[in-house]
Amino acid sequence: MTVTQSILTIAAVVLGTVATRFLPFLLFPDSRELPPFIRYLGKILPYAVMGLLVVYSLKDVSLFSGSHGIPEAIALLCITALHLWKKSMLLSIAGGTIFYMFLVQTIFG
Amino acid sequence: MHAKQKAFRAAFPLTLPILAGFLFLGCSYGVLMVSKGFSIWYPIFMATFIFAGSMEFVTVHLLLSAFQPLSAFFLALMVNARHLFYGISMLETYRGTGRKKWYLIFGMCDESFSINFSAKISEDVDKGWFYFFVTLLNQIYWVGGTALGAVLGSFITISTKGIEFVMTALFTVIFLDQWMETKRHIPSAIGILFSVLCLALFGAEHFMLPAMAAIVLFFALFRNKLPVGSEQEVQS
Repeated sequence: MTVTQSILTIAAVVLGTVATRFLPFLLFPDSRELPPFIRYLGKILPYAVMGLLVVYSLKDVSLFSGSHGIPEAIALLCITALHLWKKSMLLSIAGGTIFYMFLVQTIFG
Repeated sequence: MHAKQKAFRAAFPLTLPILAGFLFLGCSYGVLMVSKGFSIWYPIFMATFIFAGSMEFVTVHLLLSAFQPLSAFFLALMVNARHLFYGISMLETYRGTGRKKWYLIFGMCDESFSINFSAKISEDVDKGWFYFFVTLLNQIYWVGGTALGAVLGSFITISTKGIEFVMTALFTVIFLDQWMETKRHIPSAIGILFSVLCLALFGAEHFMLPAMAAIVLFFALFRNKLPVGSEQEVQS
């Protein structure tokens, strides 16, 4: 691929990415009253999206090979317990991540 | 000036997990690009303008294959389709943020969306600037991490294995917060359930679109049975 072709390829990716981010805002500008269904989706989707993102961030974990998703499961339980107990976002994230790193570098390393 | 400082102080601590995650992920992206023979400007440029982690990794393959800009465009649309959900969710939140809005939309990655949507911003903090700093800081971390990896990649030897889990941890914690703030758990449960089902059915590469479609369809079908908003909002 020539440099020009690379730049055009990157530009196409930028355009596609920007389109997904701007489309809802272009379809429903500030000046326009939001249709009730879109308002409803805007209120209810974030709850589902966060579940989708959790699954998305774990999509490459294989249950049938390697460590079978065990370190991920243990770390998720640890995060949940820590968060229910202390309710501190940073503590839960840091604690869970460090614990996971410990697991995959030692016991499951 | 004061309003900006206040907003920055409120935003910065919430972005710390992203700092850890993006420095590492950005770094590995920078290392990868340079190892494939690209100059350091490619990853830095792409991190700045694409600013969508997973799509940037996909673009590495695109640049190494035959020249097909149209399919690159459609691939970007598909890989990033989840942004449509973020946009719909943020339509009302980002209203009235003035010219900053254009940047808020441009920089709406998974992490900035998650923080900006879920943050409980106190009354005396300017919301627009808060959203702006969360978005800007996250982008600085990502571009900074990428540059770091591109420039010094081969010198980094400390074991950071597993640090990418910080993103899973972030999403999980926000998920838990959302779960606990309401008694209506169906929307959250649907997000997990349909995603897991589609992941099992379609595999890691192709589960996003069917999962999104299933979620919207479910919410459309059961619209009258799924009240949303806080408890008081629904009662009044």
